[in-house]
Amino acid sequence: MIGAEFFPNGIARYLIGGLLIGSGAAFIYLATGIIAGASTFLESTLSYVSRVPQFNKFPFVSTRDWRVVFTVGIVLGGAVYAVFWQGGAWTTDVQWWRLFLGGILVGVGTRLGKGCTSGHGVCGVGSLSGTSIVNVATFMAVAIGTAQLVQALGVSP
Amino acid sequence: MSERTPGFYLSILVGGLIFGFGLGYSHMARPEVVLDFLQLEDLGLLFVMGGAAVVSGVVFALATNFLEDAPLTGEQYVRRVKSFDRNVVVGGVVFGAGWGLSGICPGAAYASVGIGNWPILWAVAGMFIGAYAQGRLRSRLTDANAGPTTAD
Repeated sequence: MIGAEFFPNGIARYLIGGLLIGSGAAFIYLATGIIAGASTFLESTLSYVSRVPQFNKFPFVSTRDWRVVFTVGIVLGGAVYAVFWQGGAWTTDVQWWRLFLGGILVGVGTRLGKGCTSGHGVCGVGSLSGTSIVNVATFMAVAIGTAQLVQALGVSP
Repeated sequence: MSERTPGFYLSILVGGLIFGFGLGYSHMARPEVVLDFLQLEDLGLLFVMGGAAVVSGVVFALATNFLEDAPLTGEQYVRRVKSFDRNVVVGGVVFGAGWGLSGICPGAAYASVGIGNWPILWAVAGMFIGAYAQGRLRSRLTDANAGPTTAD
């Protein structure tokens, strides 16, 4: 079978998971008209504790409450999956410094680039937005290059 | 902006729950799976993002063309279109480097907390530090551009 080489785990769980991710965003959109991205939560939540003007702009302060609720929902959704499908907690083997340094770059990059994999990748691409398509193509190419480089340097996991 | 009702927040919570469950179900909340994708060893993630974008794309197209305002807010249905500038590319490069190093993006990181993956808190802490650093820098640059009296 041709697919087996590139899809060692099949495609069902990926496709069903993707359709559910899109459905969650679509549910919020249909009910409220809000296009929910996951990364603005970082800036809007910082407005609770920081006086830095960048975080206290109207788009952040006026949406920070529902963004907290959205993020709590995402955590709960992951927990429901863990309890009823995964059969308990799961932890990564990826080293802490990779998570931490990668997290810092992700935090800078999503805010500078106006979105992340959900904002640009799902909602922006779904909107056929040229800006989002350029952003996704850029981060995909750089991410593949980075992951290959890290692997070539022998860093694992 | 209309009053935000309990129904509004409940809808956001339920939508987030479905979203987070999908991230768990697709295994995208596991950095290893994302790294396998980026190392081109398991391309399944194409179906995660593709499937999600198709659902949101169809719903956006239908709602913007055929539906009136959103029931819980009275907001108009619009597409997600952001203006293009150099930061979109620079941000994409920085985000891509972080995603490729860690296998983690914001939504998947929150869902990963939910699946009990406590080491992911390193990534969550990093994301807040990164977002804070760029906010501080941007605020300072804005001050500097405002005029000589505020430049430091």
